[in-house]
Amino acid sequence: MHPALQGLLSIVLGVGGCVAYFYFSNQFLDKVLFPGRGPNAGRNITRANMIRPWLFLLPAIAALSIYLAYPVVETLRLSLTERLPGNQSQFVGLANYQQMVSEPKFWEAMRNNMLWLLVVPAFSTALGLLAAQLSDRVRWGNIAKSLIFMPMAISFVGAAVIWKLVYDTRPVDQDQIGVLNALYLFFGGSEPNTWLTLPVWNNFFLMIVLIWIQTGFAMVILSAALRGIPEETVEAAIVDGANPFQVFFKIKVPQIMGTVVVVWTTITIVVLKVFDIVFAMTNGQWETQVLANYMYDKLFRANDWGVGSASAMIIMLLVSPILVWNVYNARKEMR
Amino acid sequence: MTNLKLTGVEKTYAGNINVLNDINLDIKTGELIVFVGPSGCGKSTLLRMIAGLETITGGELTIDGERMNDMPPAQRGIAMVFQSYALYPHMTVRDNMSFALKLAKKNPAEIDAAIEKVAKTLQLTDYLDRLPKALSGGQRQRVAIGRSIVRDPKVYLFDEPLSNLDAALRVATRIEIAQLKESMPDSTMIYVTHDQVEAMTLATRIVVLANKGVAQVGSPLELYERPENEFVAQFIGSPAMNLLSGTVVDTGDFTTVRVENGGGVIRSSVPSSAELKGTSVNIGIRPEDMQPTTDDNFAFENRVEIAEALGEVTQVYFKPQSPGSTPVIAKLQGIHRDVRTQTMRMSADPSKVHLFADGRSLLYR
Amino acid sequence: MSGIAGTKSSLTWAVHLSLAAMVLLWLFPTAGLLVSSFRTADQIATSGWWKSLSASEQNLTLRTDAPDQQVNQNGQFVIQGNLFDESSQSQISRWGTNSRSISDYAAGDTAELRKGGTVTVQTNGDYVMQSDEPFTGKRGTRIFVTAKSPPEFTLRNYNYVLFDPSNREGIAKAFFNTLTVTIPATIIPILVAAFAAYALAWMDFPGRALLIAVVVGLLVVPLQLALIPLLRLHNDIGIGKGYVGAWLAHTGFGLPLAIYLLRNYMVGLPKDIIENAKVDGATDFQIFTKIILPLSFPALASFAIFQFLWTWNDLLVALVFLIDSTGDTTVMTKQIVELLGTRGGNWEILATSAFISIAVPLAVFFAMQKYLVRGLLAGSVK
Ligand SMILES: Nc1ncnc2c1ncn2[C@@H]1O[C@H](COP(=O)(O)OP(=O)(O)OP(=O)(O)O)[C@@H](O)[C@H]1O
Ligand SMILES: [Mg+2]
Repeated sequence: MHPALQGLLSIVLGVGGCVAYFYFSNQFLDKVLFPGRGPNAGRNITRANMIRPWLFLLPAIAALSIYLAYPVVETLRLSLTERLPGNQSQFVGLANYQQMVSEPKFWEAMRNNMLWLLVVPAFSTALGLLAAQLSDRVRWGNIAKSLIFMPMAISFVGAAVIWKLVYDTRPVDQDQIGVLNALYLFFGGSEPNTWLTLPVWNNFFLMIVLIWIQTGFAMVILSAALRGIPEETVEAAIVDGANPFQVFFKIKVPQIMGTVVVVWTTITIVVLKVFDIVFAMTNGQWETQVLANYMYDKLFRANDWGVGSASAMIIMLLVSPILVWNVYNARKEMR
Repeated sequence: MTNLKLTGVEKTYAGNINVLNDINLDIKTGELIVFVGPSGCGKSTLLRMIAGLETITGGELTIDGERMNDMPPAQRGIAMVFQSYALYPHMTVRDNMSFALKLAKKNPAEIDAAIEKVAKTLQLTDYLDRLPKALSGGQRQRVAIGRSIVRDPKVYLFDEPLSNLDAALRVATRIEIAQLKESMPDSTMIYVTHDQVEAMTLATRIVVLANKGVAQVGSPLELYERPENEFVAQFIGSPAMNLLSGTVVDTGDFTTVRVENGGGVIRSSVPSSAELKGTSVNIGIRPEDMQPTTDDNFAFENRVEIAEALGEVTQVYFKPQSPGSTPVIAKLQGIHRDVRTQTMRMSADPSKVHLFADGRSLLYR
Repeated sequence: MSGIAGTKSSLTWAVHLSLAAMVLLWLFPTAGLLVSSFRTADQIATSGWWKSLSASEQNLTLRTDAPDQQVNQNGQFVIQGNLFDESSQSQISRWGTNSRSISDYAAGDTAELRKGGTVTVQTNGDYVMQSDEPFTGKRGTRIFVTAKSPPEFTLRNYNYVLFDPSNREGIAKAFFNTLTVTIPATIIPILVAAFAAYALAWMDFPGRALLIAVVVGLLVVPLQLALIPLLRLHNDIGIGKGYVGAWLAHTGFGLPLAIYLLRNYMVGLPKDIIENAKVDGATDFQIFTKIILPLSFPALASFAIFQFLWTWNDLLVALVFLIDSTGDTTVMTKQIVELLGTRGGNWEILATSAFISIAVPLAVFFAMQKYLVRGLLAGSVK
């Protein structure tokens, strides 16, 4: 069957199935199980209304448990077991973790990830804040925002291609077609560099790609927050004699600190999961390994599920403070 | 015949928050009942329990003798008009009005006829195909009312339907509602409001809610003339009734009270029995019943601190009888220029002097 | 703030300039890809894309026709023709016959050739080589020219990448595969999430607060954790690798955000409207379909855009759950990664393929930006 047809069919089946489930389960509840007529009408309706939320929630709960909750537990289990031939497995305690921490590649990935965690959220947020502040002050601000925001729509893979062109290197006697080398030579560099193979620095060249993508996100949210600041506080500061920089850093930034934190943590999560960029640009060579790619390597190239799962658990461990903080905030808000 | 009956109704929210207790009411066909009471006393809660939007946690609600506690709202034969109008923003006026009828699977011709008729009485015919956002506040209010009329319910429930309108529109719409009620003598309405004028002008009976229960039920004038307790006495009428403490000195067909704190001796037409002599009571006089006097029978004598000249009346605030107590207020007819800082002696007709012992009116002893 | 007296205008200029610089910086990389996709392989390989926008002076190494084209005219051996392609509008200013002195002659001059004979080159690239002896060798003579050429772009790359049947690395199939993954993977989670969000927003049942907390928690669970357990699960229940698996996986991974966004939005709808619908006799199902869904359109649109962008741009889920060893179900991101590996130097193919893959999300982005922004704000500003 042609994939497009198959796709169409699946849309009809999947969507139709969903709709049918919701419709008929409701009908069943109201007409068959607890009919809203007859002597017990009132009680039946009350009962039906106690069950109905669960009907509405069932598919979502099922999908969430199978696709997110169960894997967390299962990955934890896998990280403590060793695969044996013939679909068997054996409990090995922390052996996988021990093996993992004995690998230099793991520590390289950890070090790089920490570097990413420090650099990317900081730069994205700072640049986003700058862009938000600047664009709110000019008439063509919306167009500017739209263009800075645009990379958000581009896939990490697409961004990888885009930036590979920027970082491209040609032999010294040819015209450089990568902007970076062209500029480097223009400003007096002696010979073109292969940027992505320069250890340590190449990490930063990869980070730039993510910063380029995430700045727009930070800008959009911080811009909304900046606009939410009461105009009077700014005016009061101006009357008090604050210059524009003081207004920005002493009046505006403190008032949007909460939003800055939210933006920062959101980008942090993206960073922890970053995979595609490294996978497509260097695949972890030249000391650019990161956890997510390390894990992918272990799982699908080395076929070592134990260590792969162990490294996945490390990622989980790293996001869990944010998870706890988010849940705590959400609960506080609901009271 | 619609008869809506509440017997011992209670409401306790999750976490043992008890907001209403032992509510008993008997509402007959054609009545327009108004719930009043201080903010947060449970007026909306009671209305919503009748509507079926809140569960009734104790007692019983019957409509036409049928127990309704567990009925879903749609099957109670009620219609509700919300303070915020609650129009469906994505539907035209016509669709808003026909929504309930369509859900009830009425036939389309019937629906159309009903809508046309109601739209005509409410002057909405020109707006039937508009979305609510293209209507003024008053028009939205009329759509909300029209939407309930179309359903031809046994009982109409209104929760502060006019409070989002400006003052002039409020008066106009209040009169429209009164006319509407007139034109539908068999419909029963329950109406929640904060506005005394609305309550007094619209109600056949007013229910005053306070302290988790019913403080008094009665016609507007009954509540005004014969309040059962100090709460109702002070709640109905504006400014509130003045209360002065005193001691009964003479009983009989008339009761004579000596007012404390430098007050005089005043007679009330409320009869009393002999054993009341010597007990302490509160006398209540409405500001509009206060009259200056030179007589020996007077309620009190004091210096005027503030005089507000409103033209048709002058409101006079006396120095508090004892430090910290609420000042006594009198409403004097017409303009009185030089009353400020004067000392005045005030009295009232015995028939306008209310007596309360332990907060309850002696009239109902 | 424009109305405040005494605001310095130099600062305003600084704002304009810095913002413009930032915008250009952000646009530049993407522009490079776009421009490159319209250039020929030669052009891309020999000059930076930014030079292609203006009429540029380039140093080119061109060749005359090979000696087998020579004709004998009155005892003179002659080769003549044009150094450029037919369509070219380049203009030669200086030229030379030696790589060390490439600008010895002006257009119209005649030069002596090292191996004997002369050559004359005109501005438009016409040349005449003459010699008393026959020209020998297999290849034509190299002529080094300094030429000014107008910007020149071509659609050939797109034709090749999208439509050429002989191109086994064409991206057309991957394009449709991506679409096949994306559409159901966008619609199904919306439906499932909308019902759940309604229940979490407007229905009363024990455990509601706990469930909401769980959803918030799952929001940040890295999908890396799910790869192995789910791949095993899919194999065990017989889905294996394929579209169904990918749809289900995307549905599962998209649900927390969908539920969270939609619930937040639905909770904000006026309570009175929903209660009024109850009084009007609507069941929960009817309230949901007739009131909540139409009123939640902005939130639904926001999430639809997120999920569309996310599934379209996804690589990991496709690698793990979709693409089997036959590669029939490959998606564009995977195809591009592969091209990066095998055709790292063929920028015309890479740039064109990459641009095709980002064109759709970009179109969606510009058309629906409003909803995207709204969704972002609802999802993160609290
Ligand atoms: N869900 C709830 N849980 C706990 N208490 C509630 C809840 N809803 C309302 N209450 C309490 O019930 C009391 C009555 O509320 P209600 O809205 O009926 O007051 P009201 O008389 O209509 O006030 P208003 O005149 O301001 O509209 C209030 O004290 C309120 O705090
Ligand atoms: Mg209320």
